[in-house]
Amino acid sequence: MRHLWLIPALPFAGFLLNGIFGRRASKAVVNAIAVGSVALSFLWVVKTLLSLGGMETPHAERYFTWIESGILNVGFELAVDRLTAVMLLVVTGVGLLIHIYSTGYMAHEGGYYRFFAYMNLFMFFMLILVMANNYLLMFVGWEGVGLCSYLLIGFFFLRRSASTAANKAFIVNRIGDFGFALAMFLMVVQFGTLDFAGIYPAAAEMPAEQTAGILTAIALLLFVGATGKSAQLPLYVWLPDAMEGPTPVSALIHAATMVTAGVYMVARSSALFLQAPLAMDVVAIVGLLTAVMAATIGLTQFDIKKVFAYSTVSQLGYMVLAVGVGAFGAGIFHLMTHAFFKALLFLGAGSVIHALSGEQDLRAMGGLRKKIPLTFATLLCAAVAIAGVPPFSGFFSKDEILLAAHHHAPWMYWVGVITAAMTAFYVFRAIFMAFFGDSRGHHHPHESPPSMILPLAVLALLSLAGGFIPVPRFLEPLFPAEGAHHDFALVAVSVGAGLLGIGLAWLFYVSKPGLADSAAARLGALYRLVYNKYFVDEIYDATVVRPLIGGSRAVLWRGVDAGVIDGAVNGIAQRSRDLGILLRMFQSGNIRSYAAWVLLGSVFVLAVLGVMGGLR
Amino acid sequence: MPASLFPPYEDLLRILPEIVLTIAGTLVMVLEPALRPERKRLLGGIAIAGLLVALWGTAVANLFRGPAFHQMVVVDGFATFFRALVIVVGILAVLCSIHYLQRERPDSGEYYALVLFSVVGQSVMAAANELIMIFIGLEISSIATYVLAGYLRDDRRNNESAIKYFLLGSFATAFLLYGIAWIYGAAGTTNLVEIRRVLSTPELAPPRFLVGVSAALMFVGFAFKVSAAPFQVWAPDVYQGAPAPVTAFMSAGPKAAAFAIFLRVYMTAFEPISNRWEPVVWLSALATMFVGNFAALLQNNIKRLLAYSSIAHAGYVMVAVSAHSEIGTAAAMFYLAAYAFMNVGAFAVVTHFARQGEKYVDVDDLAGLGHRQPVTAALFSIFLLSLIGIPLTGGFFGKFYIFKAALEAKLYWLTVIGLLNSAVAAYYYLRILVVMYFHEPGEAAQTVSPVAPGVKIALWASAAGTLLLGIFPSVILDFADRSAALMK
Repeated sequence: MRHLWLIPALPFAGFLLNGIFGRRASKAVVNAIAVGSVALSFLWVVKTLLSLGGMETPHAERYFTWIESGILNVGFELAVDRLTAVMLLVVTGVGLLIHIYSTGYMAHEGGYYRFFAYMNLFMFFMLILVMANNYLLMFVGWEGVGLCSYLLIGFFFLRRSASTAANKAFIVNRIGDFGFALAMFLMVVQFGTLDFAGIYPAAAEMPAEQTAGILTAIALLLFVGATGKSAQLPLYVWLPDAMEGPTPVSALIHAATMVTAGVYMVARSSALFLQAPLAMDVVAIVGLLTAVMAATIGLTQFDIKKVFAYSTVSQLGYMVLAVGVGAFGAGIFHLMTHAFFKALLFLGAGSVIHALSGEQDLRAMGGLRKKIPLTFATLLCAAVAIAGVPPFSGFFSKDEILLAAHHHAPWMYWVGVITAAMTAFYVFRAIFMAFFGDSRGHHHPHESPPSMILPLAVLALLSLAGGFIPVPRFLEPLFPAEGAHHDFALVAVSVGAGLLGIGLAWLFYVSKPGLADSAAARLGALYRLVYNKYFVDEIYDATVVRPLIGGSRAVLWRGVDAGVIDGAVNGIAQRSRDLGILLRMFQSGNIRSYAAWVLLGSVFVLAVLGVMGGLR
Repeated sequence: MPASLFPPYEDLLRILPEIVLTIAGTLVMVLEPALRPERKRLLGGIAIAGLLVALWGTAVANLFRGPAFHQMVVVDGFATFFRALVIVVGILAVLCSIHYLQRERPDSGEYYALVLFSVVGQSVMAAANELIMIFIGLEISSIATYVLAGYLRDDRRNNESAIKYFLLGSFATAFLLYGIAWIYGAAGTTNLVEIRRVLSTPELAPPRFLVGVSAALMFVGFAFKVSAAPFQVWAPDVYQGAPAPVTAFMSAGPKAAAFAIFLRVYMTAFEPISNRWEPVVWLSALATMFVGNFAALLQNNIKRLLAYSSIAHAGYVMVAVSAHSEIGTAAAMFYLAAYAFMNVGAFAVVTHFARQGEKYVDVDDLAGLGHRQPVTAALFSIFLLSLIGIPLTGGFFGKFYIFKAALEAKLYWLTVIGLLNSAVAAYYYLRILVVMYFHEPGEAAQTVSPVAPGVKIALWASAAGTLLLGIFPSVILDFADRSAALMK
């Protein structure tokens, strides 16, 4: 026993303490509990991993039997293997940094204790998600992080848009979870278990003629879950809106950890996906399309957080592409480096917003380079990392993915390269618009407190050097070799694309400002299409939301739910001694029509059951 | 030698809960006129004491498993499960009612007797093994509930609710009774096990048509009582109009008992013709889920919203019934237990919040409750999350088992549609959460009074039950699994 349970239990204790007593506690105490619990959890992760050594086999701990019913037996079981080890370090490490940052960022906000209680609760569920040793427990974490995300997006509840965004995130995720749940049921039916250790060997041994049907269905349904959580087409719409939450939340939940859960889940289920080539193709193509589409939208946005949000969707697309082409190690590698540089981008953006007292529009920024130099320097580190400039972290992980894509299908590589150029462009566009040129706003920027700068510095270091952590090699025993070999020409092309993107951004926004506007004007309709995010929200609204609500209103409101309790029959009820009551009652409208309903229903049931002998 | 007039000692023990409850109810009636209004709440204490003794009586009866009174009732795990469930619901309902009654109608204490008698009827339903007993139990339960729905005589909404419930309920019960007559005519017996034997013996089997018609007629009666489509129309009006604690009670207890007789009749007597009734139940489950969830999307009155939600949940249980397997029966049992806790809990919050004359019963009235009374709001959130079906709550495992059972019965489409429905359902529960936490406190939340002690106990107990079933489901599930095999 290495007491793995302590890892999630510590943040949970923090949640309970802050949730119950935080209201009356001082900020220092709330900080100590919130940050301390995550720090201890991080230390316990490090200690556990060191003592586990090479982790050639997963280390599992079963605490109690959770469900025992008929064929299904599920234990409350946590496990650590190499994949989980990487996730644990990312979640607790980045999580710790963001908790520290939040103590500075949220210092002036109301509901301080509530914020940290939710954040700790999120950590708890996220750690359950990555440490679960069966799908049911994973689903608990999966739903739990969604719930915390909901609460935190809606944290600034006074803004109406915040609660709308929170609702949207929750509902869209429910659609994804529906896929996950269905996959789980199919696994119960097919394998009689939900344990990873039970399902994967059984799946590997299934003959090919069987796998085509059931395993593909399971894999695709799991992937539906992943598209919800990891914001892939067609369910990505919630993530950009989720930026209504406080910036540390965007960094932790909607960039570094929760949204990567889908990628983790697919990598975890690699044994299933590898048996279902069709599902793998779907995964790869969805990932690639998401990457391109989100990158194009990112090119046109003016809200700094929206730019990074679409960037997150795009980068998640890369990760999904990676796992789709079978490069699971590369996908997890990019997940890690992305956690570093994207958390940094968001925290840096938060620092900018903080400095400008809440301004998020890039057009109102400019010239901040000299006023908040530390923030500028750290953001620049993140930008070169995401743009894929060697030798920074994004370069290594993105290259692994692009090489694997080329090995799988060359056209995927080329689409990926174009996306990489767009990525470099939109990130540097944001940097240049915010930090270069003349100040366009009327703010008096001030540098952020040390509690915010310190995490930025650590993340900057990780963004720059994180690529030298040999994650893919570390994960090799878990996943079959991909067979992509290093090709200098391909690497050079993708690096060139990144540099080209940076150069163009410089040209458009620093050396020749005004060029961007004229280009946008010349593109006209196309620009407007992209700027309005392809009108996807409007399309969903028109094709799904409105018909649903309208249909409910038209059919159910008028047809079924006509009755309202307003005392309308009371005139009759008062004369209840009257012998004619029954008659009157039936003439009073509702009751008569209700009775007619019962009668009609009875005729139907009688017809089906009695006369027709059942539908079968 | 003629049989003794006095039934054997074991037989009496087997109906111990009913005996205890009847005595307690009668005691309440006798004491009621003797008590001054301010002391009437003593009667609530007597009712709770009676229910607790009856719970113990259920455990005692469970030691003497087997049929009693010439097979009219049977004590098995299934009966024990539902007896305990309806008694617990009774306790929670009484806890919610004490303060409410003092406020709304302090001069009267028969309320508690009515609750006790209704529970007697439900308890009889749980253990009945014979159609006449089923009918008697159902009527005992229903008539008491009709009166409860209209308990505040001067409230117009109460009157409307009671009249509608009574008229439509009688209408539907007539179908049930007619169905009983048909099957008695066809099979020559009203004992469920005997009916099963007759139906499954080819040389004895009556014409399929007769059996089908009687199954259909009885289905109407059952479906009405569990508020399954297309016989759900009464539920929103009745739930909305009745006093809030009564709604809490009747949306959980009578519904659970009605499902108990539904399951027992269909899984025992009519099981030989299951291929005939399965599609009907299937379709009804589908329609029930749709009507409940989609109509709930549009509601502003929280009682009406919860009424539609309760219809939707009946739809999920119908899915379990249409699986017609022991796993399905166990899933239905578990779900009804989880549902009882989360639903009574939710209505307890409504009871607390509505105030004098049930003034605040709109969703928007709850605005800012999360800031005014964080604990109440947190408990309400637990119930709502459980109704949505989020893991670590009873509602999640309830749905999990039901859909697992449905898949094992190869009801693939029903499972898919059911899951999609539960995704839609998240929307209207979420609205309540949003209003509670993300809106500025309105007039209703500003003036909210402290939670009455009885309601507080009910809230905490329901929350504990909801979480217990979500974190350690095996506690109940084991028992449900072992009890799902009915006497055949």
